[in-house]
Amino acid sequence: MNGEFEPMIIAFCCNWCAYAAADLAGISRMQYPANIRVIRVMCLGRINPNFILKAFQLGADGILVSG
Amino acid sequence: MEKEEPRIGVFVCKCGNNIAGLLDVEALEEYSRTLPDVVFTQWNLYICSDAGLEEIKKGIKEQNLNRVVVASCTPRTHEPLFRSVCAEAGLNGYLFEMVNIRDQCSWVHAGYKEDAMVKARDLIRMGVAKAALLEPQEIITSNVAVRALVVGGGIAGLTAAISLADRGFPVILLEKEKELGGMLRSLYRLAPMDMDASEVIDKKIKEVQDNPNIDIYTGATIDKVKGFIGKFDVTFSANGTSKDVRLGVVIIATGAGNLVPEGMYQYDGHKVITQWELEEKLKAGKIDGNNVVMIQCVGARSAERKYCSRICCAIAIKNAILIKELNSEAKVCILYRDIMAYGVQNEDQLRKAKELGIRFVKYDPERPPVVNEDKVTVFHHLMGKEIDLPQDMVVLSTPLVASEEAEKVASLFRVSLDENKFFLEAHVKLRPIDCATDGIFICGSAHYPKDVRESILQALGAASRASIPLSQGEVKIEPIVTSLVNKDACRGCGLCVALCPYNALEIRDTDEGRKVNVITVACKGCGVCAATCYRHALSINSFTDDQMEAQIHSFLAA
Repeated sequence: MNGEFEPMIIAFCCNWCAYAAADLAGISRMQYPANIRVIRVMCLGRINPNFILKAFQLGADGILVSG
Repeated sequence: MEKEEPRIGVFVCKCGNNIAGLLDVEALEEYSRTLPDVVFTQWNLYICSDAGLEEIKKGIKEQNLNRVVVASCTPRTHEPLFRSVCAEAGLNGYLFEMVNIRDQCSWVHAGYKEDAMVKARDLIRMGVAKAALLEPQEIITSNVAVRALVVGGGIAGLTAAISLADRGFPVILLEKEKELGGMLRSLYRLAPMDMDASEVIDKKIKEVQDNPNIDIYTGATIDKVKGFIGKFDVTFSANGTSKDVRLGVVIIATGAGNLVPEGMYQYDGHKVITQWELEEKLKAGKIDGNNVVMIQCVGARSAERKYCSRICCAIAIKNAILIKELNSEAKVCILYRDIMAYGVQNEDQLRKAKELGIRFVKYDPERPPVVNEDKVTVFHHLMGKEIDLPQDMVVLSTPLVASEEAEKVASLFRVSLDENKFFLEAHVKLRPIDCATDGIFICGSAHYPKDVRESILQALGAASRASIPLSQGEVKIEPIVTSLVNKDACRGCGLCVALCPYNALEIRDTDEGRKVNVITVACKGCGVCAATCYRHALSINSFTDDQMEAQIHSFLAA
């Protein structure tokens, strides 16, 4: 990655919207960098703030909560 | 249940070239073999093909797998298939986890081959970490009370009630007014087929009254609704008495209201009237004067009310034709923004109107027509100047607006309204008649402005959808729901009950004190309760804290 800073991003995505949108981005062949890991939930209501703190604690650079 | 050691099988799909075109699938398979608890791996050209599915079954049987991970496309389309294949091989379908390396990896990272490989490996590792912690789940079933509630006695409600009753299901029909019939009672002729409105509605009312399966309550109000699909407990009052009933399904057909254009275009209800008021004049066969100007989109497609009411153009065209038929000397001009004459018959009517000499003038909403004592002044687009149209009567086409009762009904049944307070469907294309809450269906203009044909069509559809749980006698529910995993931790505080959007939680007094009880059939598995419970007493099946944290951990701490 040319020694440049590349953030490690976790995205929590709702199955019914944001996750579907990420799939749609794929179907539409939209291109974006590969440093994001999506964790699927059935609804963002599931996201306990602890998950976010834990991810930061373990070294995540950014967290996207989308739903 | 005694925990057995996880024996995970990982199946990586090439999806022809869709995945293998970018990712080295064979290397991913090899990588999977190094992950904890993985005892078997395989790549396949198409896992979803019959041959690919057979391989999963073979793996489960021959390798004694107790967890299966498939790295391929999206769980949104293929999870049910793979789950059922696991079940066919004797493995509980909920011991399956899917990893998305196509839609969210190979398809979107074409220019980042190396990074995409890293990502695919991470995703597989995260999926395996979660899979190791999965627990088996059983499909939940619940009995259905064989009786339907139809709310609203207009054309949609009446049609739905007859359709359900004719299938042999008992129906309770509630109407807030003293009489059945709804909006059609005040209409004269119906566009576009020029039928007599009272003939249509009277026939339906008689059919409902003669049907032994339908109990009709007029002057009714709903006081309380509890429960969920199969077991809605509804309290309503009619004629001074209160009644409690249990129902399996609910159809909402509460209709719409009319916008009264107070303060617009000199509206006075006498010389400047609405199409609705014109219907009454036409019914009486008396139109004053020869010059009629109609203005479309009054109070619609504006900043305040953005939507198009759809049916007003057809109504204006129909009424303009009726005026011409009553008085061939009449000069009728329709001032419009866009003519909404969709479908086969409406377009025919538009053509007929033009042949009869009805004049159509387009106006610009930036320069709306101005109504004066005896004329309407409008800026004519093509001529590029203002023209004066003499008028003896101005008719304003106003939109249907949400019923005043909509908010109350929506909050009673816990269903959603859109920004204009019309009832919102679960999915605009895939589930256009269902509410997001199971067992509740919508039809007619409660949903959005509709003509009679469309209301009848949707009512038949709603009755058909509603009859599915009624005829099956039970409902099956995905077990991805909340469960009280730590009963001792629950103090019965009720925070989760207050926050649950689906009425799926209740506090019960038990021998061990106040504890939350999960009504699994009503639960949608959103997880608000689990995220809220500071005692960690509640969890969501297949999305537990441990499973979520295992995914985070295996990505970042590997």
